[in-house]
This record gives sequence, C-alpha cells and structure tokens, in this order.
Amino acid sequence: MSETKKFMYVNRRAPYGTVYALESLEVVLIGAAFEQNVCLAFLDDGVYQITKGQDTKSVGMKNFSPTYNALGDYDVNQIYVEKESLEARGLTLDDLLDLKYEDEDDDWAEKDSIRVVSKKELADLMDEQDVIFSF
Amino acid sequence: MKLSILVSEGPYTHQASDSAYRFTKAALDKGHEIFRVFFYHDGVNNGTRFTVPPQDDRNLQKLWSELAEQHNLDMVVCIAAAQRRGIMDENEAKRQGIDGNNIAPGFRISGLGQLIEAGIQADRLVTFGD
Amino acid sequence: MTMLHTVNKSPFERNSLQSCINHANEGSAVLLFEDGIYGALQGTEKSSLVTAAMNSVKFYVLGPDLKARGISEDKVIDGINVIDYDGFVDLVTEHGKTQSWL
Repeated sequence: MSETKKFMYVNRRAPYGTVYALESLEVVLIGAAFEQNVCLAFLDDGVYQITKGQDTKSVGMKNFSPTYNALGDYDVNQIYVEKESLEARGLTLDDLLDLKYEDEDDDWAEKDSIRVVSKKELADLMDEQDVIFSF
Repeated sequence: MKLSILVSEGPYTHQASDSAYRFTKAALDKGHEIFRVFFYHDGVNNGTRFTVPPQDDRNLQKLWSELAEQHNLDMVVCIAAAQRRGIMDENEAKRQGIDGNNIAPGFRISGLGQLIEAGIQADRLVTFGD
Repeated sequence: MTMLHTVNKSPFERNSLQSCINHANEGSAVLLFEDGIYGALQGTEKSSLVTAAMNSVKFYVLGPDLKARGISEDKVIDGINVIDYDGFVDLVTEHGKTQSWL
C-alpha cells in the first residue's frame, strides 16, 4: 500500500485566457480518487478562477466554474486563497464562489472549504507539502 | 533517487521540453531512476511523430524517443489533453473514428491518474512549463 | 524538508520571480533558468529584489541558459552560484521538493 502524501495544486493564472485553470481542475478531480492529502492554493491571478458570476456564452467557451462547487463532494476541502492577491485585485471573500463541504467528522455539518491566508501562511503551507503541482 | 518529470509545454514554442530533456538526461547519467515523464497541456505535442523540424536544429521528438529507448523510460501523454490537441495512437484513432494516428515511438497515451501516481511513487517531481 | 523553487520566466515579463520570493522561506533555494536567468543579473531594476532575498534564500542560475543568451558569468550578481544541468539535478535531490514558478 503506497504512502499518503500531501499534494498542493498551485493556481496562479486567470481562467479562460489560457487552459491551465481548466486542465489543473481536471487533475484535481482525477487525483481525488487516489485518497491523498490534497489542498488547492489560489494566488496571484489564480484567485480569478474562483470568482462568482462567470458567464462564458459570448466567448463560446465552456464555463467550468460550477465544477469548483463539486470539489467538496470529492473530499477536496482545503482551499487556500491568498489575502494579498485578493487585496491587490480589489476582491473580497464575497466575490468568490461559496465553496462548501460536509464534515463527516462533525455530523456532516456544512463548512466552508475556502480559507483566506496571508502569503507567509501560504509559504508555510507550501513547505509542509510533499508534492507541489504548478499549472 | 526516483524522479518524475512533468512537461507542460510543446516543443519549440517554449524551452520547457528542451530543459526537461536535458534535465532528464543529466539525471539518468548520474544514475537516478526516472519513474515517469508525463506530458500534459501542450506538452502532449512532444509525442507526435509527424514533425519535420529543420535539419540544422534539434529534433525534440526524436531526442525523447531515443532517450526512452535507451533507458526504457515510461513516457506518458495525457489522454484528455491529447484528445483536445489531436495526438492519437492506433487504438484511440479507431475508437474515435479518426483517419490516422500520430503517436511517436516511446510515448504511450494514458490517463491523468498516471500523473498522480508519478507524484506518489517518485521521491521528487519536477515541472517544466511556461 | 527544504524547498527548491525554480523560476523560468524573466522578471520583466512576469511576476513569477516576485511571487516566488514572496513565498520562499528561509533556508530554501531558488534556481533561475531559461528566461529566469535575467533575474540573476547585476545592474537591473530587479537586482535589489534578488539581493535582498539572498539574505535568507540561496540563489542559483543555470550556466547553459546564461551562455545561450550571450551573458557572461561576471554579469551575475555576486553570491549567485552558476550551475549546469548536473547541478540542477543535485539541487532537486538535495531539497525535499521542487516548486516551479511558471
């Protein structure tokens, strides 16, 4: 039985201008089946990936933002968003999708998956990981 | 040590594939084991045998194919990314009703799970991208 | 486990070097390669960003990428080690994990 490793998926790019946001999400979803210790980090322009109200009809691209809402069902519930990246872009938690999960250790209580962290806290979190995926 | 390599960009447009190749070769020459080289995003374009780069420049696909043969490397092209970008092997082409296939020798098409596994099984994972 | 950070884009093109430095804890290492080598040079607007970070983080630059771009080693900031691909491999194995700032 292979060990459990701590995986962090680092997202630093805006959605739609490039494919990285979508294809990184695809890795997260497949990766969920491997029962590793997974967390996601959104920093720099990556914070734009999880903003509300994305409507892609007039650019003809698939709106994949609803998929982030499903992450909780895949046991991906540690989603770190960098405070300084939000602030630099004039964003607050209210601008982000309301990502939730059900905590099986707490009678399935619904909780927030997003934790806003400072860049120092994020640096420390990065140091705790075994594997970091950069997209 | 066991290393896994992630190549996230295609040949020529970015230096990623060159850097990944040189790194992988150096690691092998030093006696390290390469668990897997995984090609994702435009990286799948490294795996087409239909390229004819100018004679006076390196042929990245051939370099990768030869390295794989020399060292029995496992080089995996992500199926989802490959489907988007038109990299096919014979089976995939039949399945999808495509009238040809282009996968280069030494590359195989498989799922994203192979990338996760590459991260789990190796001691180190290094990403080359843009 | 210490971290090896890699930066492969020019600091004039992208914020990757800045972002990397913002998240590189004391004792970690940063390798500048591909277009990232421009971050290793003296006398640019980015030099002080790097020299300040060098107080807590060890910097390396990939020699082959300097040469390719016609940059002699004497233009590199003092204290940044010039290494080759062998050295790159050693850095990856010596540090517990690698994070690529693309």
